[in-house]
Amino acid sequence: MRLKGRLAHRFAESPVLLLRLPAWRSRMVALLIIAAFAALIGRSFYLQVLNNDFLQEKGDSRYRRDLEISASRGRISDRNGDILAVSTPMKSIWAIPADARLSPEQSQQLARLLETDPKELARKLASDKSFIFLHRQIPPETAEKIAALKLPGIGQNTEYRRYYPTGEMTAHMVGFTGIDGKGLEGVELAFQNQLLGHPGSRSVIKDRRGQIVEDVGSIRPPQDGEDIRLALDSKIQYLAYSQLKQAIEQNRAKAGGIAVIDARSGEVLALANWPTYNPNNRESLSGGQLRNRAVTDAFEPGSTLKPFTIALALEKGRVRFDTQIDCAPGKLTIGTATISDSHPHGPLTVAQVIQKSSNVGAAKIAAMLAPQEMWDMFDEVGFGQVPELGFPGEVTGRLRPWKRWRPIEQATMSYGHGISVSLIQLARAYTVFARDGELIPLSLTRQEPGVLKGTQVFSPQTVREVRAMLEMAVLPGGTALKAQVPGYRVAGKTGTAHKLEGGVYADRYVASFVGMAPATEPRLIVAVMIDEPSAGKYYGGEVAAPVFSSVMGAALRTLGVPADASVRVATGDAEKESL
Amino acid sequence: MTRLNLLLLIIAAGCALATVTAQHTARKLFQALEAEQDHARQLDVEFGQLQLELSTWATPPRIEKIAREKLKMSTPEPARTIVAAGVAP
Repeated sequence: MRLKGRLAHRFAESPVLLLRLPAWRSRMVALLIIAAFAALIGRSFYLQVLNNDFLQEKGDSRYRRDLEISASRGRISDRNGDILAVSTPMKSIWAIPADARLSPEQSQQLARLLETDPKELARKLASDKSFIFLHRQIPPETAEKIAALKLPGIGQNTEYRRYYPTGEMTAHMVGFTGIDGKGLEGVELAFQNQLLGHPGSRSVIKDRRGQIVEDVGSIRPPQDGEDIRLALDSKIQYLAYSQLKQAIEQNRAKAGGIAVIDARSGEVLALANWPTYNPNNRESLSGGQLRNRAVTDAFEPGSTLKPFTIALALEKGRVRFDTQIDCAPGKLTIGTATISDSHPHGPLTVAQVIQKSSNVGAAKIAAMLAPQEMWDMFDEVGFGQVPELGFPGEVTGRLRPWKRWRPIEQATMSYGHGISVSLIQLARAYTVFARDGELIPLSLTRQEPGVLKGTQVFSPQTVREVRAMLEMAVLPGGTALKAQVPGYRVAGKTGTAHKLEGGVYADRYVASFVGMAPATEPRLIVAVMIDEPSAGKYYGGEVAAPVFSSVMGAALRTLGVPADASVRVATGDAEKESL
Repeated sequence: MTRLNLLLLIIAAGCALATVTAQHTARKLFQALEAEQDHARQLDVEFGQLQLELSTWATPPRIEKIAREKLKMSTPEPARTIVAAGVAP
């Protein structure tokens, strides 16, 4: 029993159990565990409540997608709504070469759809770049067929391509956009801000199959670019363009321009230049083709400025329409320089100075005017000023300050030398003769009929007299018989100017004609300029007037302007004008 | 008391099922709307393409060519023209 008791004692009393541990150790462990829990709770509080953006975003990105909704660029149309420029979506096919492992059969199908050589395709796919475009801007139908092949590593995205159905006919007017869709020339540049579309965005939840399940968050709707409706009439534009082109080819000229303006509203109905280009295919473009000459190039207009000098002299009362001016012997010496008429005239009335286009006559009338008076008038009709059409690169032309004019300069300016203007400035200036003395602003876009804010330059009486003189220039005895339009009375003026080359007047010419019809109540102004005709004829009445006649006639008929004369055409030989 | 609880449980289950159905219908309708909007966009694109095609076919040079060459049309000479007077546009 004793033994038993001893044994039991031994078993019951393990030395380990006899160890008396200090009490703080257990408390320490408990405390550590509590602290660890507190840290966990604190961290989760931090992640869930205080700084939850990061995880929220990570969670969202598993199912939420931000989509961009593309907006298209505005269309450009003519005044009747015919499309001149339109954007249409195209697909671009891209590849990630590392992922694009195609069977020979697949790559052959792809090459056939892309219309490329299979070898060329294989070469592209073997490239070590991480991303390549296989073909940009292919039609959506072809792209769908490619998508249906479900090729690995081949994808597509949408791009917009701009089309210009009227091509070279309206190239300078409409301009074009670059590869990034920004306007680079013409109306595309001038109205860039209106035409530009602003893409929208939306965020959505997508399911496993990639279908959109729900809209979340706010939607920003896309804003398509505004459509621009130009004042241009594509029928008249075509007439103007084709006639100009024909005349330039016939006369083997270097360049040319034509502008048609509605005298009632100041709208530019047509504006064409040669040489031109095809805006749909701009691979071989040179600066010369791109230039919108009618707006960006100034030239010495020659005799087309005479009516302004005469109108000013009439307005100031220095001459009457029947005042005799002695133009014999066809030469006039001012200082060291001599002005001459190419065909000497005797005494002429003021009206005949315009009709026969006498330089000597114009110079003698200019001598009755003060330099400042002439400068003020040129300034008022817009010479030496930006025409403010809104076109890129508009020139002001050259009009020197009157204080530095020498007498010979004032004389030459009276018949359009020593001063330079652009074709559009010249056409605009003629609105004063078409509108009873009022100069109006021009507009590229279609205008609603309304009150125009013009500036009165000449009195209606003066303008009626000048218009009668301009009508004589087109009738037998005048310089521009070929400007006649069957069925309408026409008023206009020819111009044939020597070109200034290196400070010297060369034997190269700029032939021009500016006119209006119907003369009783002018509706249209047509200005034609042909640079360096070199097939023998170079007078404005021979080269530019026929263009004027066919364009004016067809345009008036297109617009349905009632005829104001019998359709019989007066015949006879045109008198040779002075230069 | 038990009966009331049972009733509430049945109502809760009913509501839950209704929510599921409503959600499902909403998604179906949303997908239909998406499809229609997609269709509208496609039609808009097609409209643009047709407009482009129309203007390409109707360019004045083409019309003139067909009129002159195929239909043998020409501008009447002034001598053969009679102007109807007094018709203002």
